[in-house]
This record gives sequence, C-alpha cells and structure tokens, in this order.
Amino acid sequence: MQVIIKKAGKSKGFSAFTAALLAVLLGLVFGYIIMTIASPANSFLGFQMLLMGGFKRIGDVFYYATPILMTGLAVGFAFKMGLFNIGASGQYTMGMFFALYAGFMWKLPDSVHWLVCVLAGMSGGMLWGLIPGIFKALLNVNEVITSIMFNYIGMYLVDMLIQGNATMYISSKTRTSYLPASAQMPSLGITNSSVNISIFIAIIAALILFVVLNKTTFGYELKATGFNKYASAYAGMHGKRNIILTMVIAGAMAGLGGAFAILAPSTIAGSSMTYEPVSVIAANGFNGIAVALLGNSSPIGIIFSALFVSHIQRGGTLASLYGYKQEIIDVVIAVIIYFSAFAMLMNAMVGNLIKKLFSKNQSKEILPADPKEEA
Amino acid sequence: MDTFYYLIQNTLPVAIPLLLVALGGMFSERSGVINIALEGIMLFGAFFGCLFVYFVQSTSMDAQGILLLGMLVAGTGGFLYSLLLSLAAVTMKADQTITGTALNMLVPAAILLFSKMFFNSDGITTNKNFYIKEVPALSEIPVLGKLFFQNTYITVYIGIMLLVISAIVFYKTRFGLRLRACGEHPHAADSVGINVYFMRYAGVSLSGILGGIGGFFYAVGVMNGNTNGHTGVAGFGFLALAVMIFGQWKPFKILLAALFFAFLRTVAYSIALIPFLDALNINQTYYKMLPYVATMVVLAFTSKKSRAPKAEGIAYDKGLR
Repeated sequence: MQVIIKKAGKSKGFSAFTAALLAVLLGLVFGYIIMTIASPANSFLGFQMLLMGGFKRIGDVFYYATPILMTGLAVGFAFKMGLFNIGASGQYTMGMFFALYAGFMWKLPDSVHWLVCVLAGMSGGMLWGLIPGIFKALLNVNEVITSIMFNYIGMYLVDMLIQGNATMYISSKTRTSYLPASAQMPSLGITNSSVNISIFIAIIAALILFVVLNKTTFGYELKATGFNKYASAYAGMHGKRNIILTMVIAGAMAGLGGAFAILAPSTIAGSSMTYEPVSVIAANGFNGIAVALLGNSSPIGIIFSALFVSHIQRGGTLASLYGYKQEIIDVVIAVIIYFSAFAMLMNAMVGNLIKKLFSKNQSKEILPADPKEEA
Repeated sequence: MDTFYYLIQNTLPVAIPLLLVALGGMFSERSGVINIALEGIMLFGAFFGCLFVYFVQSTSMDAQGILLLGMLVAGTGGFLYSLLLSLAAVTMKADQTITGTALNMLVPAAILLFSKMFFNSDGITTNKNFYIKEVPALSEIPVLGKLFFQNTYITVYIGIMLLVISAIVFYKTRFGLRLRACGEHPHAADSVGINVYFMRYAGVSLSGILGGIGGFFYAVGVMNGNTNGHTGVAGFGFLALAVMIFGQWKPFKILLAALFFAFLRTVAYSIALIPFLDALNINQTYYKMLPYVATMVVLAFTSKKSRAPKAEGIAYDKGLR
C-alpha cells in the first residue's frame, strides 16, 4: 500500500491529474454554493443537471468541445515554451473571418470547398500569431500585452470588414448571411446536433502536437527553452526562431478553432452558423486558457479537459430549466482556473498529509523539494 | 479653437482612469508582482461604485458627495479583490499571469450573473449626473479656465491629487524605498530585515485600491455612471499596463503616457467634430483601433531598453536565498 501511494505520489502526470481534479472539485463546490444562495429550493436539482445534463446532449458536448479544444491547444502549446498566448481570441476571430471569406467569396468544387475554408482559417490564425511572435522575438515586447492588443485590433478589424461586405453581411439582421452548403463541414449525422468531422481533425491535431513535443528536436528545444531560456540559448538553441514558430503554430490551432466553429453544419436545413459583429472579444479564446490549464498544457490532457469544460457548459445551459443563469458556468470555470494556478501546491500539501498518515514510523524522511520552474 | 478645447476637456476624464490604474500597476510591479488582473479589479471597483450610486441616487445627497463616497466604496472593493491575487501570487507562489487571467475572467461573469438575477439586465444603470459645467471662479481664467475647469468631472482633480500622493509615497518615504527594493532584489531586501511578503501584499493592495478607483472613474467619466458585464472596461486595464510600460514604471512619465493614449482615444470617438479628419472620410473603426495600434508601435520602440523591475513575476521564496 505504502509503495503504491509513494509511487503514485511521485509520478508527475498523476500529480498534475489530481491537481486538476482538486481545482475542478473546488470550482464545483463554489458553484454549488452560489446556486444555493441564488435559489436554495432548486439547488440540488440544478446542480445535478449541471453535472449530468451533458450526457443528455452528447453530440453537442463534442460539437462545443471542438473550438475550445483548438484554442486550448493554442494556449497550451505556447505555454510549453513559457509563452502565455492570451491572444487565442484574436487568432480565433481571424481564423473565423478567413474561413468565412473563403466560404462566401471563392467559388470552388463542392468536394474541396470546406477544406479550403478550413485551411484559410488556419492561415488567418497563423497571421495573428506571427505578429506577436515577431514582436516578442525581435523587439522583446511582452507577448501578453501584444496579444491582448491584437485581440482588440482583430475584433474591430473583423467586425469592420464583415460589415463592409454586402455578400457576407445582412445589415437588417445584424449577422452574416448563410454560408453555402459546400463550405460547411460534413456532419456526423447525429439528430439535433451540429457535431461534425472537425472533432476528429481536432483530436488528430492534438496527437500531432503531442508527437512534435515529445519526439522531435524542435519539441525538445521548445520545452528546454520553457524550462530555462538562458541555458537553452547557451546550448545553441534558436530561441528567436523557436518563439516565432511556436506562436505561428499556436495561432494556426486557434485559427482552426475559429474555422471549425463557423463552418459547422446547422441542424436546420438550408441555414448555417452565423457571426454577429457586436464588438465583443470571442469567449472561446479565454475558455481555451481554462482548457489548457486544466489539461496541464499537455495535448492529450487538453483533449479531455476540453470535453469536460464543454460537458459542464452544456449542463449549465440545461440548468437554466431550474431558473439558473448560464453565466454561473463562466464563474465556475474562472474559479477552477484560479485554483488550478496553485493546485499543484495544495496537491503537494494534501499528498504530504496522506503520506504522513500512512508512514508515521518514517517521519524522519526528508521530503524532496517540489520541482519548481522559475518563470 | 473650440474643437481643441473640446478635445482636451474630453481627454482628461479618459486619461485619469488610465493614469490611476497604471499607477496601481506600477506599485504592484515595482514590488515584484505582475498584475494582469487590473482589468478585473477595475471592473470590480466600477461595479461596486455604481452599485453604491444606484442605492443612494434617490436620496437628497449632493452628486459630488456621492461620487466621493462611491470612490471609497470602489477603492475598498478593488482592495478586497486584489487580496485574491496577493493570496495566490505571494502566499501560494502561484503563477502570477494565470491567476490574474482567472481574476479577469471571474468579474464579468459574476457581474452578468448578479445583474441578471437582481436587475434583469447586463449591468447597473444609474441616473445621477456627475458632470460639472464650470468650476466657480476658476473657470473665468482666460485659457486655462476653459481647458481645465469647464465641462469636466471632479475625478480629474482627485486623479491629479492621487498622482502627487503616489509619487511622494513612492520616492520620498521609507515605505516606497522598501517597496522598490522588493521588486529589484527581494533577497537582498530580506537580508536587511524587510518583510518581502508584507511589502508585496502592500504593493498589490495599493494597485487594488487605485485600480478600483480607476474603474469607478472610468464608469463615471466615460460610461456616464453605468457598468456593463459585456463590454466591461473595454480593455482599459490592459491599456493601463501598456501605459505603465511606456511610462517606464515612473509616476510622471506614466501621466504623459496616459494623456497620449487618452488623446488618441478621444480623437477616435470625435472624428465627426474635427473638420479635416472628417473630410478624409475614413471608416471610424480605424480610429477605434488606433489606441491599440499605437500601443504596439510605442512598445516596439520602448521595450528593447525597457527598465522593468528585475524580480517581477517571480514568486519570492525565502528558501532560495
């Protein structure tokens, strides 16, 4: 028993997992408290719906998981290098715009049209990742500020370009018109759900990033730079090139997320997803931060955390049946991120407590200092 | 000339929130804690300030008195909220950027939740008028009177006062010196008996107070006394961080930077009143992007020789000394 606990406690992946679990638990408890305060009578049923409601809409869970899986990858991949890509929202919006543009303005054969739109979306995201990357690498501008500024610039730019384009925009309805069917992604055919093949593309993208991070020289250099940029520069790694490349790849991921979101088929025949230019930063970019942190920035972890976040989002929507506002989920997610920022530390404390309980006779053992990275 | 007066009169109420929040960021960063959460702190302060105004607006209290009391409420709100950041970033040694982002995400969602539950709207709308048409006597001064004492808000004078106080605390007191030491070399500061954890708590708390007040002044001077969970403070918290970097973490340079950004924003929103810009017939959205683009350009030129506090962003660990 002792051996198992010790071994499990030492494994890094396991402690990251329990840390995420702890953060989720605290976030949910917080959500339950808020629900109880808001309306005590329904809180149990509402909370049950929040936790379990997603299972009733399994297709939608996968559909809504796709964009945040991509933005999660965009944040997590950059984070492996020590870059905080808070600009996933802007990259996502640009990706969506490029995909929309290709969808409306280019006449292509049905079989390749949506594929071209997806690629266009990817390049839009890449462009919006490239600029902060260049600013960081060559001009030493903090990427957090740059990408936030580019979130706003991207949002205003896209809204303006869409509103100025008569083919794309119906001003009387303040939204984009319906995309041609050839530009929409093939549906998986689940009734009443927009789930489509993009979920598979997203999972494949996560697997590719996993391989890049763990099996290539570039991935190794990237992680080494994340651990200690001076040591990696001393070892002759191309810091500047890697920063730009990382941001471009991260941008590509977020851009794909935007394309996937807007190119999804609609459940109503003859319509499509639409975009409303209302000058609001895309929420999916920020949800990507939550997904990435919860998944410990590992591509495989991000797949599962995206599904989890999407699951409780669906549950939160359904909890409105009991009179709860949907925003409660955003609060819960923010609390989860807050706790996950120091969940590792709390986790270590809980771990030490358990160890003490099981090994009272070995109390003299010196605990290993927890591995710490200096940001 | 009237256009010029108009622009200056409208620039000041916009510059003051930027100034105060950037000063808050300065206190926090010079103590060694990166405060990305300023956006959230601003909105939190603005929300509580407006909530206070909402409850007292029907009483017979004087508008300026309400504003001053609202400022105290907003400052307290910002202070309390910033404690969440200090708790995570100083005591728990968590990643400061991530914690800040979480705090930024929490506020708009919480405001939307609260407002939808109790007001059935996206925020708080108040109807008190804080506008000052002209300050008695002082507005008679030839040019200056028109520039600084007409069509303005009391927030402008409070903001300048807070700037002076901040500068004195920062440069002329023992506290300020110790604070700055903790941001440069916390281990050295600790070795001479300064409590680094306390100083960092103080730095973040000051940024919370100034951030909360700045948020409320934004709501008063820019949003006519309203707060909204959707638009929030429109990135002013982040702009303030850029202002702080542009101002090289120094109070009076921050003032100049804040005026620069506020002026650009005011121009962007009053194109129709400036004949020669209006004649160019450029889409107004370009002007709305201008403050953000200008931030990028400015940062590109200033970041290379940036004088950021050395120890910012690194949680202080006594054991590493």
